[in-house]
Amino acid sequence: MDKAVAKPLVDIQNLTFSRGERVIYDDMSMQFARGKVTAIMGPSGIGKTTLLRLIGGQLKPDAGHIWFEDQDIPTLGRRDLYQARKKMSMLFQSGALFSDMTVFDNVAFPIREHTKLPEEIIRMMVLMKLESVGLRGARDLMPAELSGGMARRAALARAIALDPQLIMYDEPFAGQDPISMGVIVRLIRSLNDALGLTSIVVSHDVNEVMSIADYVYVVAERRVIGHGTPEQLRQHESPLVQQFLQGLADGPVPFHFKAADYAQELMELKA
Amino acid sequence: MILDKLQQLGAATLETIQGFGRATLMLAGALWGRPRFVKAWPLYIKQFYVVGVLSLLIIVVSGLFIGMVLALQGYTVLSKFGAEQMLGPLVALSLLRELGPVVTALLFAGRAGSALTAEIGLMKATEQLSGMEMMAVDPLRRIIAPRLWAGVICMPLLAMIFTAVGILGGHLVGVDWLGVDAGGYWSAMQANVDFEQDVLNGIIKSTVFAFLVTVIALHKGFDAVPTSEGISRATTQTVVTASLAVLGFDFVLTAVMFGG
Repeated sequence: MDKAVAKPLVDIQNLTFSRGERVIYDDMSMQFARGKVTAIMGPSGIGKTTLLRLIGGQLKPDAGHIWFEDQDIPTLGRRDLYQARKKMSMLFQSGALFSDMTVFDNVAFPIREHTKLPEEIIRMMVLMKLESVGLRGARDLMPAELSGGMARRAALARAIALDPQLIMYDEPFAGQDPISMGVIVRLIRSLNDALGLTSIVVSHDVNEVMSIADYVYVVAERRVIGHGTPEQLRQHESPLVQQFLQGLADGPVPFHFKAADYAQELMELKA
Repeated sequence: MILDKLQQLGAATLETIQGFGRATLMLAGALWGRPRFVKAWPLYIKQFYVVGVLSLLIIVVSGLFIGMVLALQGYTVLSKFGAEQMLGPLVALSLLRELGPVVTALLFAGRAGSALTAEIGLMKATEQLSGMEMMAVDPLRRIIAPRLWAGVICMPLLAMIFTAVGILGGHLVGVDWLGVDAGGYWSAMQANVDFEQDVLNGIIKSTVFAFLVTVIALHKGFDAVPTSEGISRATTQTVVTASLAVLGFDFVLTAVMFGG
């Protein structure tokens, strides 16, 4: 039993992935411990969302293993992959609510698709999930009638509808006002602890992530540049990690996009 | 210079062939396995309504006017030869063999096809398709399959309605307005229209067109670049490609059915 707890739920080993010519990840490894909130941080455009899609099996890596429980996701056939996906869920940045269904039907969707439960029980389950994100009163609204924060919470209720083992959050704090940001920060932590989930949070909101994560990976330049608990990271010696955590405009990640010599280019204009 | 052009031509050809491949994969994914008519019947009913019933108005109105125009044009020519009594067969055969299936398919591509492309493209752009996949629900079977069946079943029915309304429109102009004998209109039609040769071939044509238009519309949506520009381009491409495909296949089918 102890051994099973110690073993990470998701174990990424030597992952290499590229899009066309562009290498996104080069021989990267990371572990996500059971029952913990693990965060992946990094500058925009380094493929954090891509990593979640790799774990979900929507993309296939060029090399490496992605172990989820005892299954290597990239090697699974369609049927096994769909079975594995029932144990994980993902909260998309946009919420990805089905726009032609009410909030209630959205949350009921995975339950109706994957179980043969009678409608009364489904109703009870949905109301409980909606209550836990504070949207029980909004069940008859359509997604278009929700604010951004509410939509994300509704999507969260849907993501936990089938009590998954793993939940992946794609930029859960992006574009939220301070209040709904606070609500979502608290929800991620409390749902993780109450439901015994394992959470992966992909984000570049440093303060929010540092406040809820048990463990943090900082990813940049195709690999993990630093990892540890939030306290350990604050002490991290890498200038790149420090630049990112403190939000400095210039540093190892240059402020200027690669360009020709400034003075020379201005002179050219004259000519 | 010439090499550049050649390269562009090659790239375009490859892209087209890859498009065919992706469309075939999509089709196989949607049709693979037992269709879940029982569990998914509300989905199917909804798509039949959206794709079929909502297209009814434009089909009926267009059918009526096309029938009326046919009768008017036909009458002016036929009356020169004193052959007004052949107005019935002229209207009926034109509609059954050509105008019914073809015009319905063109209208269907504009009305339902573009809507399908835009809907699925937007679902893709808002990550609804990805979300569904992550919930272990196959979007090909849940989203694509009902729309495919709805299109393939509804469009031949719409073509039949179009043809029937067109024949009534022809009656309205030919008989009620221009004074062609009503008995002659119907009896000449009955004598000259063959069930297998004309009616059945028309149904076969419209079934082929239905398949073409629906698959093109679904594929363009599913394959769309998930941005507003990509979706608008995909929607345009659906109407253009589907219309050209319908007209091209119409020539081939006509040659096979009536050519020899």
